[in-house]
Amino acid sequence: MTTALQFGPVLVHLDRLLWGLVQTLQYAVLSILFGTMIGILGAVGRGFGPRWLSAAIAAYVELIRNTPLLIQLYIVFFSLPLIGFKFTPGTSAVIALSIHLGAYATEILRAGVESIPAGQIEAAKSLGLSSYRIIRHVVLVPAVRAVYPSLSAQFILQLMGTSIVGAIAAEELTAIANNLVMQTFRSFEVYILVAVIYFVVVQAASLLLAGLGRLLFRWKQ
Amino acid sequence: MSLREFGPNEFWFILMAARWTILLALVAFVGGGVLGMVVAAIRVAPSKILRWLAGAYIQFFMGTPLLIQLFMAYYGSSLLGYRPDPWTAAALTFTLNGGAFFGEIFRGAIEAIPKGQWEASTALGFRFVRTLRLVIVPQAVRLMLPPTVGFMVQIVKSTSVASLIGLTEVARASVQVNTVTFEPVWVFGTASLIYFSLCWPLSLYAGYLERRFSAGMVRTPEKPLIMTSA
Repeated sequence: MTTALQFGPVLVHLDRLLWGLVQTLQYAVLSILFGTMIGILGAVGRGFGPRWLSAAIAAYVELIRNTPLLIQLYIVFFSLPLIGFKFTPGTSAVIALSIHLGAYATEILRAGVESIPAGQIEAAKSLGLSSYRIIRHVVLVPAVRAVYPSLSAQFILQLMGTSIVGAIAAEELTAIANNLVMQTFRSFEVYILVAVIYFVVVQAASLLLAGLGRLLFRWKQ
Repeated sequence: MSLREFGPNEFWFILMAARWTILLALVAFVGGGVLGMVVAAIRVAPSKILRWLAGAYIQFFMGTPLLIQLFMAYYGSSLLGYRPDPWTAAALTFTLNGGAFFGEIFRGAIEAIPKGQWEASTALGFRFVRTLRLVIVPQAVRLMLPPTVGFMVQIVKSTSVASLIGLTEVARASVQVNTVTFEPVWVFGTASLIYFSLCWPLSLYAGYLERRFSAGMVRTPEKPLIMTSA
């Protein structure tokens, strides 16, 4: 067989791939925002909430962390309509991705909260700070700083994890790539190009997160 | 409207698909583990070019989504005039992908062994491979074990992605059953239960190892352990 790499027929459709990339970034950014919020609430609830709440959060974390994201996507996409919530595939994907990341963020932030010495909280109490201020300034901010590397590694995994939401017909970079393969029959070229796009975006996002960390926590030292 | 009810037969169908999930996870674990050992050895080898090549390999497999890697192996290799079946493509991809992650885990453990051990081995006249095999790795194993077991959980979960190239394991079997019964709560509840009962014991064991081996050690949060989600 005389086949050679031909990127020409694929590069014509570069605009569609870039549109797909924008969708991918949307899923990643939205689910990272919501997931981190879930994680903060979860970690605070686990650390300071009543025992039943702490147990419920622990169950949520274990359940999500020990089942695949793909199954979580299917559950949200197929089951929520049964109880009257009809969402587009895109919304379902954001919901499932957020619930997924929320569990990992809870676990990571919990480790950060546990790294805060009890004496630090006692000192804040004796200074007369309100519980809200204690949790926010004395616990959460130092906790996030302590686990920031793990948290950003998880965000990067989330960015790559969005590649499977095509399974519930949500459109993003990988799904667009598949459409393009059907259309051009240039499968290897399309997937190489898409792999390069993911790779560049992942490296850029890593740098961005590292820079953000330095900016946010520059008062360290 | 559904063609069938979700009954014991449907449950059994999904449960029996678990053997393919387990088989693929084992292939990934054994293949990735062996490859990871080689990659980790290369990553600490004296040759700069080899180190760089191994680094590039790890960067590629850790910096692109598993699904894209699967598609490349499955649909992409038609360029070579050869169309693999889903199993070959999945086994190849999971081995290569696992090799990258295991390589990083093992390298981390190897580099945690004090440099003096290498120097002492050199003084004894050991070359690179012997030093690694007889001095370094036996000490590094206890550091490797917790993240290795932890990564096994990730492997089991990530096998579900192979359903998207048509490999019939638990995730794909569930989708098939869901199509004819349309009882997603039962169907995907069953699938979740299967994955959970495979993964949870491993997670607990990884946590136990982590606590046991980290007793008396100070772990800085600067270098995160490798984590994956699938």
